[in-house]
Amino acid sequence: MSDAAAGGRWSRRLVLALLLAPALLWLLTLIILPHADLAVLSFRERVAPREYAPSLAQYRTFFGEPLYWHVFVRTAFMSAIATLVTLLLAFPIAWIIAKLARGRMSALLFVVCLIPFWVSETVRTLGWMILLRESGVLPAILVHLGLTAQPVELLYHDATILVGLVYTSLLFMVVPLVGSLESLDNSLIEAAYDLGAKGWSILRTIVIPHAAPGITAGCIVVFMLTLGNYLTPTLLGGKNSLWFTEQIYTQFITRFNWEQGAAFGFLLLALSTAMVWLGLKLSGQRFSDVMRRV
Amino acid sequence: MSAAGTPAPDAAPDLEVRAVTRRFAAHVAVNAVSFSVPRGSFFSILGPSGCGKTTLLRMIAGFIQPDAGTIAIGGRDMARVPPNRRPVNMVFQHLALFPMMSVGENVAFGLARRGVGRAERQKRAAAMLERVGLAGAAAKRTDELSGGQRQRVAIARSMVLEPTLLLLDEPLGALDLKLREHMKVELKQLQSAFGTTFVYITHDQSEALVLSDRVGVMSQGHFEQLGTPQELYYAPATAFVAGFVGANNRLSGTVRTVEGGLIDIDAGEGWKVRVRAHAPLTVGAAAQAFIRPEAITLARTPAELPPGQSAHSGEVTDMLFDGANSAVLLREAQSRRELRIALPQTGAFADLRPGARICFGFDPERGIGFAAT
Amino acid sequence: MIPSLPRPAWLRAATGLYVGAFLVFLFLPLTVVAVFAFNNAPYPAPPWHGFTLDWFLGNEAEGRVGLFRDTELLGSIWTSCTVALWVTGLSVVVGTANAFLMEREKFPGKGVLSMLMLTPLVIPGVILGISILAFASRLADLCSDLFGFDADFLRPGLPLVVLGQFSYIVAIATLTISARLKRFDRSLEDAALNLGASHMAVLWNITLPYLRPAIIGSAAIAFLMSFENFNTTLMLVGSDAPLTIMMYGRMREGATPVLNAVSLFLMTASAVLALTLLRRGKSAQAS
Repeated sequence: MSDAAAGGRWSRRLVLALLLAPALLWLLTLIILPHADLAVLSFRERVAPREYAPSLAQYRTFFGEPLYWHVFVRTAFMSAIATLVTLLLAFPIAWIIAKLARGRMSALLFVVCLIPFWVSETVRTLGWMILLRESGVLPAILVHLGLTAQPVELLYHDATILVGLVYTSLLFMVVPLVGSLESLDNSLIEAAYDLGAKGWSILRTIVIPHAAPGITAGCIVVFMLTLGNYLTPTLLGGKNSLWFTEQIYTQFITRFNWEQGAAFGFLLLALSTAMVWLGLKLSGQRFSDVMRRV
Repeated sequence: MSAAGTPAPDAAPDLEVRAVTRRFAAHVAVNAVSFSVPRGSFFSILGPSGCGKTTLLRMIAGFIQPDAGTIAIGGRDMARVPPNRRPVNMVFQHLALFPMMSVGENVAFGLARRGVGRAERQKRAAAMLERVGLAGAAAKRTDELSGGQRQRVAIARSMVLEPTLLLLDEPLGALDLKLREHMKVELKQLQSAFGTTFVYITHDQSEALVLSDRVGVMSQGHFEQLGTPQELYYAPATAFVAGFVGANNRLSGTVRTVEGGLIDIDAGEGWKVRVRAHAPLTVGAAAQAFIRPEAITLARTPAELPPGQSAHSGEVTDMLFDGANSAVLLREAQSRRELRIALPQTGAFADLRPGARICFGFDPERGIGFAAT
Repeated sequence: MIPSLPRPAWLRAATGLYVGAFLVFLFLPLTVVAVFAFNNAPYPAPPWHGFTLDWFLGNEAEGRVGLFRDTELLGSIWTSCTVALWVTGLSVVVGTANAFLMEREKFPGKGVLSMLMLTPLVIPGVILGISILAFASRLADLCSDLFGFDADFLRPGLPLVVLGQFSYIVAIATLTISARLKRFDRSLEDAALNLGASHMAVLWNITLPYLRPAIIGSAAIAFLMSFENFNTTLMLVGSDAPLTIMMYGRMREGATPVLNAVSLFLMTASAVLALTLLRRGKSAQAS
């Protein structure tokens, strides 16, 4: 409402320009141009030293080499499982925080759930390595209990990778879930109960529809973070991890084959974008609303 | 009224608004409004929400520029003067106390902006707080205060700058009923104590009537009437004012006879109502008659009515007990139109029950008829 | 389901068990890391060989280099701090400007811009890293081809790490600060103007103090996210490794409990930071 009084048109233009400059600089030089450049890179091929020609060779290699697309599909599949497991583990705890625990207890439980995530992923992964490796804590306990004769190697399995990924992702699921469950009015649940609904049907007809934005937000973020994770799969999965980000790293840093790496990067980005889009479509959410919940 | 409240006849008005117009896209929010407010008086702008009164107030404060017309404050034209340079201060609708500052810092804020030194600032803020009855509250946080106290801080914050004009944007709107009644009286007393010119906007006609020296009734961007509360109540200039200010019975119909200044309106099924015409009307014209509930006399039989009043009768539909404002709702026998009639304080008709038949009458001079728009 | 509805005893018990198991799952890895920082053995593994502070204080002469003598490790902590401070400063300043841009200004293409501002949050960190790496290298090559000038800061190294982390952390700062600015009551600014404040004075005395909790909060988050960042950093890092990269390298080699020591150090620092922030938040809420 405060229009012309706020100063001349000229000075308002100046303010707008000053505010626009950093935003445009950021988005252009760090997001848009680099990704455009990456796209260009992925669609060319080296024909001679320092000489390139447009080509689909990088993408052909990806589809032609079973190892590559096998790893790609595996990464997507494992990420989906990790997302699902995270949701199933986080939902009860979010429910307890939002609905069952009261006052201080609820706040305390929430903070306690957040604490591990104030510590770097590297540290958390170190913990899992100490726990799970052949000379680690859990195999020693298993031997001590007489469950196994020899210490068993618990690292380098797919299940180990899943445990690590779920552990790392919990925070990003719990926070949006607690947010959306807290906003659910208890009297709706009481009304449903009063009208004869039982636990499961209340969950299905009242709770889940209400929490859908939170669930979508959590799943999108967890899936994306899992897909793009590098540390946990490589350390907990070792040589067996076969994670797609590793392929990108290998092409880019080890082999210095940037064209191939760029193509891999684009495929991962496409997959991640497709899953975000799919998640939004399935739950009928808007991107901007979902991102504000995280 | 205090001495300061009586304007000297030759003094320039503190606020002079001339033909001010403001449009928002195609919508004309304020349409060629003119008025002036003499020094030291309390002026209210009364109107329903969306009538343009907030836009008008914000133009006086300088937050919005008029498309046409001039605003002069203290005799000085305010065109191109930004809000922070105008000799006006404002009490905002939700008070807009700064939550990040203490009460004292709130009051001293404007002084600090004027470059007044810290010690002097604190002294003047403390003195002002004392004047509004909040001595010693300077160190408190704004959310530790009650609604009425917050109100007083908002006024103190403005008054400490000794403005020519204080604008108040429905400051009582957020308070509960009881406190609102109390703050009305307090505002009136503060205004006469300070002697500052107040311009007050509200949609509550009772606030406007109680507080003001003069009131402008606003509707759809223009002033319907400008006058003292008594003029608005007893001599409304338009049907809108008659309907908006105070309780009123509105009866629409057709003019049947014209007799000097009096007209008979057929208010349905041949029921004739005799009232004074606000402006000459012709037989057959559509018209609206307004009769205030307290202008109507109840009687058990036509003979009990004062001489000269024609007798009407009706059936009681409801008794509305509200202490001094108690009333009876009845349906006129012929037209079945509903009327509200004030119950006399004597308790004479307190025993009426729904279904009872009763007579009523009124002095035609106390009713008023307007051409229907 | 909720406390006001009847819950069978088994469900109550199951709830309690679940919370217990969940907390064990959350804290087991951290506890193990902390405990083995004090194990008197060259590897962070059972059995327990007794308590020692060697992994904090030991020096080369004893064959055990403790955290406080490990110059490489200490150097990487310092590197991480430097990077994090840069990222925090840039993110908070640009995030605040963005918040004002999105909440206060009107301009064509605003919808597209607000969408673009969220995209860095759904781009995997590795890809942010490689795209910035490739683009910066192209610019550097261009620079040396055209001007014969070697733009070192565009080659893998700390400046690129800062830019890479900034590229998505600023999006988080923008969201946090915008959310608070959106809830700001504009009439406070009008009131201040009305009391004679200039536009700068309004910004300084009213609007920025109101935004302060969001600014402090997003600064803490930015610092932490930068300190912990691995994916983007891995792609952009040069010869100076920040702590996460350094730890990753050593973990692959199978390192000594000095890593546990540095981890414990980080946990303590994070806990102190978290507690300070929580206390601040609580006192701001209470009043």
